[in-house]
Amino acid sequence: MKFGIVVFPGSNCDHDAYRAIREGLGEEARFLWHKDQSLGDVDCLILPGGFSYGDYLRAGAIARFSPIMGAVTEFARRGGLVLGICNGFQILLEAGLLPGAMLRNRALKFVCRFVSLRVENRNTPFTHLCRPGQILKLPVKHGEGNYFADPDTLRLLQERDLVVLRYCTPSGEITVDANPNGALKNIAGVCNEAGNVFGLMPHPENASAEILGSVDGLFIFRSIVSSLKKRSDGYQVA
Amino acid sequence: MTPELIAAHGLTAEEYRILREILGREPTLTELGIFSVMWSEHCSYKSSRIYLKELPTQGSNILQGPGENAGVVDIGEGLVAVFKIESHNHPSFIEPYQGAATGVGGILRDIFTMGARPLALMDSLRFGPLEEPRNRYLLSGVVAGIGGYGNCIGVPTVGGETYFADCYSHNPLVNVFNLGIARRDRIFTARAAGVGNPVIYVGSKTGRDGIHGATMASESFHEGSEERRPTVQVGDPFTEKLLLEACLEIMKTDALVGIQDMGAAGLTCSTVEMAARGEVGIEIDVARVPQREEGMSSYEIMLSESQERMLLVAKEGREEEVLSLFSRWDLDAVVIGRVTEEPKLTVRDRGRVVAQIPVAALTEDAPLYRRPVSRPGWLDELGHLDLQEIPDLRDGNESLLRIVASPNIASKAWIYEQYDYLVRLNSLVLPGADAAVIRVPGTSKALAMSLDGNGRFCYLNPRQGAMLAVAEGARNVVCAGAKPLAISNCLNFGNPENPEIMWQFAEAVRGMGDACRLLGTPVTGGNVSFYNETEGNGIYPTVVIAMVGLLDDQTRVLTPWFQNDGDEIFLLGPFREELGGSEYLNLFHHLVAGQVPSIDLEMEKKVQGVCLQTHQAGWLLSAHDCAEGGLAVALAECCIGGPGEPRGARIHLEGGQRLDGVLYGETPSRLVLTTPPQRSPEIEALARHQGVPCLRLGTVGGTSLQIRVQGRKGAINLPVAEIRRAWQNGIHQYFEEQSIRDGLRGRIHG
Repeated sequence: MKFGIVVFPGSNCDHDAYRAIREGLGEEARFLWHKDQSLGDVDCLILPGGFSYGDYLRAGAIARFSPIMGAVTEFARRGGLVLGICNGFQILLEAGLLPGAMLRNRALKFVCRFVSLRVENRNTPFTHLCRPGQILKLPVKHGEGNYFADPDTLRLLQERDLVVLRYCTPSGEITVDANPNGALKNIAGVCNEAGNVFGLMPHPENASAEILGSVDGLFIFRSIVSSLKKRSDGYQVA
Repeated sequence: MTPELIAAHGLTAEEYRILREILGREPTLTELGIFSVMWSEHCSYKSSRIYLKELPTQGSNILQGPGENAGVVDIGEGLVAVFKIESHNHPSFIEPYQGAATGVGGILRDIFTMGARPLALMDSLRFGPLEEPRNRYLLSGVVAGIGGYGNCIGVPTVGGETYFADCYSHNPLVNVFNLGIARRDRIFTARAAGVGNPVIYVGSKTGRDGIHGATMASESFHEGSEERRPTVQVGDPFTEKLLLEACLEIMKTDALVGIQDMGAAGLTCSTVEMAARGEVGIEIDVARVPQREEGMSSYEIMLSESQERMLLVAKEGREEEVLSLFSRWDLDAVVIGRVTEEPKLTVRDRGRVVAQIPVAALTEDAPLYRRPVSRPGWLDELGHLDLQEIPDLRDGNESLLRIVASPNIASKAWIYEQYDYLVRLNSLVLPGADAAVIRVPGTSKALAMSLDGNGRFCYLNPRQGAMLAVAEGARNVVCAGAKPLAISNCLNFGNPENPEIMWQFAEAVRGMGDACRLLGTPVTGGNVSFYNETEGNGIYPTVVIAMVGLLDDQTRVLTPWFQNDGDEIFLLGPFREELGGSEYLNLFHHLVAGQVPSIDLEMEKKVQGVCLQTHQAGWLLSAHDCAEGGLAVALAECCIGGPGEPRGARIHLEGGQRLDGVLYGETPSRLVLTTPPQRSPEIEALARHQGVPCLRLGTVGGTSLQIRVQGRKGAINLPVAEIRRAWQNGIHQYFEEQSIRDGLRGRIHG
């Protein structure tokens, strides 16, 4: 499988995603420059973490206008798998490929720590290898991860089961204390209605090797590989 | 030139006389500005150079010692570690966010200038007590600034240290460290060469910000220092990220001859230093420099400290290749001049010469002072401490909860959680341990690094204090299982024109040099920051040591945390009760006094050797340095400091003269080790063989920490969860208001 990693000016987890795919997952990865207009023959797109264009404006607000975003949108419209991590998630929100918006963390500070996440929806190409109610240990590191949606959107998210990950305690309870940034309903990751676009604030690439303290991020990457394989066998997941 | 103008440029009448003699005429205003910054303490090291010369800088693996942008140490497999620590104290006091942010930006440029990919940042910080709102503001601002820059550019901040004392209230210290990795055969230097080669300016445009920043850093603060705010620059980590990637990319070609970042004294310092190192001249025209503002004079352009700029010397004929690469990254790149044969700096403005100065006059012939030194009389009084007058502890439990909550000892999570310490997937030991550890990409090796300095010790005895800092740094990387390699250092002092301050400095440098010689860790570079005083009140002389160590096997990293119930706990090193200069005396008796703990560097070396040998043999499960707060605090940290659930321990100590001395004395050269029980005899035998004291203290287990001292009442017996709560709250409690607001907002949102 070929993963394409989009490099915006100011992306800084592009290299980490690349390393996780190559070393942790053992799959192929290549960088796509933000000025490119086409994506080549990639099977899955990753919009990595970082501070695209410095994020001096609202996070992701400028990157969504990058030349490559047209091709990204088209890829998503045709059912291609798109994974947005942290700044990548923020860009997907700004681009309207995912519902909701991001506010500054409620403590108005950047936060970097390992958190527990409950898998709320296993019926996606990104999580289908997870066990029911599985709790993942992944790090967050962001200043704007306070997920927000208006009541209508929130209802839609709940009715259509679009909430994929929620911040929880190590034993799986959804509590205020387990929420690192004030996100509405402890939401950490959401997908689109078609299920092929997924954005999350935590960093699976930072939990892709035993030596880094967690390999839980590989559940997400392996789910992608497995669903892509099933697709090429003519079976559609989610 | 009026005396006022000369004085405003920080030059003495005598210095001005020499300047005139060198030029053989009156300087132009631009020349006066150039002399002013190049002869400032910050750039010329005029008070410190004669002492720094004496430091040990050689070693079989040292490829670059002091004199370049950073030190370079061979780590094998064709790779080198490039590292340096630098102060950004003055700007951070004036404008904490930008002062700290641009400190990070500056140290990163020092590293990638050498051809290295920056992989790890650390910070050593000092502030006044957190009870003062202004100190909370400074801490918040500095931490946000460090995070704002490091997080954005994508270099992890993997560790550091933070201490609080009254003397830093008006002079906070912000010392910033960076380490990068380069290929041994691709190290770049800041040397101009090849007459006729183009001098290229790349990066951000030049503005009026930061003019005379170096001069500002070379004087003391007084009322109204806030007016100096315009001398602090504004950082732009996004541009620096582009600059970093573009520079590393051009370095893969062979188009460059030399490269230097523009830090203090901007274009002036970079042109002069590159010319000096290459023993050539440089001629530039400031009219070609990309400018942010209109109507800038040559004086302003030469002295601007606008950030995110680099100076390149390329090979003649390769200009287009260099310029087009930078333009692909949307960065300005302009040929502003050429390398010349005659060793002079020539500055033109639209062709007209506005400055022409022999390079040597600005570098090696700059003023050099052997300033008067005098041992302060008050040291004798401070050194006297009669413990008879101080009541011993009664309640071990209460004292432990109090000391772990002291901001000097408490968890620094409030600080480091604002930093991305994970980016680049190399962080093996996260902030909070004795040393940070990163793996070296593409190899099986890892590097351990630690920042250490105890201002109280240096204040009471500068020579011994500096030795203790070097020893602690080495011990900390040993606790991670690494062999200490080399140091960089930041020397933070008051006004060098005061003989007592100069005496402290001379003593500290001597102590640092002696310790480095004996421990086999040469000095690869560093930074001196004088004039850390406000209205005559100076800081503690504060020596901060950045120690770097190497592990051959990245899968065998040690941490301080207790691992399994039943593991046996040892104290390796001397068992003494030395309370002088301790956190305990400071916190419980408001005393900064006494003799600092004595250090025997031979013993230190042996203790570290035994730790590394036993780890090599595979007998160790954890290792932790005893530092501030002594043995009791070290044991508590082993129980509660790790990422998992806290672990208890049962400890039995031999009785001493005093309970407080046994629990909280800060004798150096001591490690708390754990081992599986079956390995205990081997460790004891090895230590005995090496002549190192090794005491069996007790075992890991249970949910409380019990420390009994033979023949003494007031033992410690506390649930580890309770100790952890106190420790976690120590700094956090000062920012409670914020948490309350958070809680309210959380409820509205939830």
